[in-house]
Amino acid sequence: MTALGDAGGGPYREGGDPSANVPLVEMTGISKSFGALRAVDEMSCDLHEGEVVALLGHNGAGKTTLIKVLAGVYAPDGGEMKLRGRPVRFSSPRDARAAGIETIYQHLALADNIDAAGNLFLGRELRTRWGTLDTHRMAHEAGKIVRRINPNFTQTHLPVRALSGGQRQTVAIARALYFNAKILIMDEPTAALGPAETRMVKDLIRGLKREGIGIFIISHEMRDVFDVCDRLAVMKNGKLVGIQRVTDVTEEDVLGMIIAGKNPAPRTGAGAGTRAPE
Amino acid sequence: MPRGERSEGAGCLQVTAAASALRRAVDVRLAAMLVALVVIWIALQVATDGLFLSSRNLYNLSLQGSAVAIMTCGMVFVIVARQIDLSVGSLLAFTGVLTAYIQVGWADAHPDAGWIMSIGVGLGTGALVGLFQGWLVAYQGIPAFVVTLAGFLMYRGAAFRVAEGQTIAPLDDRYQRLGGGADGSLGVTWSWVLGAVACVWVLFYVWNTRRERAKYNSEASPRWLDVAKIVIGCAAIVAFVAVMVSYPNRAKMDDAGNAPGMGIGIPVLILIVVAVVLTFLSHRTRFGRYVFAYGGNPEAAVLAGVNTRRLLVLIFVLMGLLSALAGIVTTARLNAGTNSLGLLAELYVIAAAVIGGTSLSGGIGSVPGAILGAFIIQSLLNGMVLLDVASANQQIFIGLILIVAVKMDVAYTRRRTT
Repeated sequence: MTALGDAGGGPYREGGDPSANVPLVEMTGISKSFGALRAVDEMSCDLHEGEVVALLGHNGAGKTTLIKVLAGVYAPDGGEMKLRGRPVRFSSPRDARAAGIETIYQHLALADNIDAAGNLFLGRELRTRWGTLDTHRMAHEAGKIVRRINPNFTQTHLPVRALSGGQRQTVAIARALYFNAKILIMDEPTAALGPAETRMVKDLIRGLKREGIGIFIISHEMRDVFDVCDRLAVMKNGKLVGIQRVTDVTEEDVLGMIIAGKNPAPRTGAGAGTRAPE
Repeated sequence: MPRGERSEGAGCLQVTAAASALRRAVDVRLAAMLVALVVIWIALQVATDGLFLSSRNLYNLSLQGSAVAIMTCGMVFVIVARQIDLSVGSLLAFTGVLTAYIQVGWADAHPDAGWIMSIGVGLGTGALVGLFQGWLVAYQGIPAFVVTLAGFLMYRGAAFRVAEGQTIAPLDDRYQRLGGGADGSLGVTWSWVLGAVACVWVLFYVWNTRRERAKYNSEASPRWLDVAKIVIGCAAIVAFVAVMVSYPNRAKMDDAGNAPGMGIGIPVLILIVVAVVLTFLSHRTRFGRYVFAYGGNPEAAVLAGVNTRRLLVLIFVLMGLLSALAGIVTTARLNAGTNSLGLLAELYVIAAAVIGGTSLSGGIGSVPGAILGAFIIQSLLNGMVLLDVASANQQIFIGLILIVAVKMDVAYTRRRTT
């Protein structure tokens, strides 16, 4: 409902110290049930400008449900979401997108029978002044942004079915970037990608981070998490186990959080940025 | 349409440049259907000793095929969106009988506008039934197969109830023109005008495609191929008009025994309008884009914020509207409304859509393909009548054709995905 695009970050950036800023995203006590299953249970988490936060946990821990709440796919049963301090409530993915939240889903959410341009603009088609689809301008714009991400990608006119995994990933990312996302959600961005393509995605994430975009990443690849993320939030059975700075923990600590649901004992001066739920 | 096919040529390096250009620029599946239609026509021509390709038979074929083709165009949208509509034949009967009933009932009260009002009621009823079916599918979560199978029964029953089993006739003279015939054809001059317009459009289309490809630096198709498209397209149009005007309109014969040509029937004109509108919808509007996106990946459409429920409702409304339109054309042609109208039409329509390249797994299909498929089915039906094939054998044959068509679709889809 609340469009954030117009805020443009102006008034909030004056605060000097970035950590003192109002968070880009602040989710407090979010719950979502499907029948008797509490998929997300009183989950709280935040994300700042230019920050990459990993969401970790077993399959079924509630990560994907949580990001779907943020992306406007599900309405939460309880809890509060704030964008730059303003409470928001999304009734459809369109609302979330209008607020600057873009999502790249694990299965990329592409329509296989439609070309890259059609997928890139799906739901937000460019139109001529008569209200008809402006297919040529869409093809042109799609070509431009896709080649910026991946210079080798020229076949924007093919149905995405005919594309490689990396190319499909490029289309999905291009879709998120074209509309100037402020907040990016990536569900398993490097799954099913080759090494070169994984590197491409990681470089891209670092670039976006420098531009001040906040990114949530769901990943099972521990190395990717430690490579690109600033903090990690671990979920288990829909609940938050803990949020840690990646510099404060080891891979083993994180595995312990995921499997046993236990936070590691604090090492160096109990937790700047480390926080456990009450 | 060629979009879906371009990948075909990419893999095979051995094929000659001309063949690969051909594959990129021409919809292979559509071209194969066109060849199939020509083969069927030649075979039937031989089998019927020249009766099949007579101007009289082709004129009748164009009228019969139009009603099926009008519905098939809508069925493409339904099947592309992973749905099915088994009720179209019954709905044709219901709306057709209702239109006839209202027309006869209102004839005295509204001698001038009664027939137009009855058309409005017929189309409105078709749209309302579509709305109802779409609502059940999209908002109540009942599979389209079940909703429309129930509709298949219900609307046939409703058609019976409207007329209590009686045949409603005669209908308004002006209304009858919508079904073609002596007064319902364009005549020689206007038929040629229409043919000329169509040829100009073919020229413009090929030229425009070439220009737009050049603008965005895409590969242009070779010049000979463009020329071939224009020549074949215009030749087909000219041949069609020539045949239609060579069928003498005996109702307008003068004293010396010279009859003017019949020309293109009004049902064909209606079909052309439907085809143009639906092609426009599918390529140039959000609605069409979303139908195809939903068919390709329903979840992607939902995640993209498409209101998929409303989309499904609109698709069924469109199908209902076109079924009613086919009902009007059919009753106008027969000059009667009976509850046996459109019997088995749902099967012919679905078979025509599949033969015309609509994939039952969703996401793929085209309006020109649907029309081609409809005329293939109608040619077979028409040919079997000319050959005096027993109706039981006709049913067996059409059933087999449906299986073969779906088998081809399955094989095509598999080859493409592996």
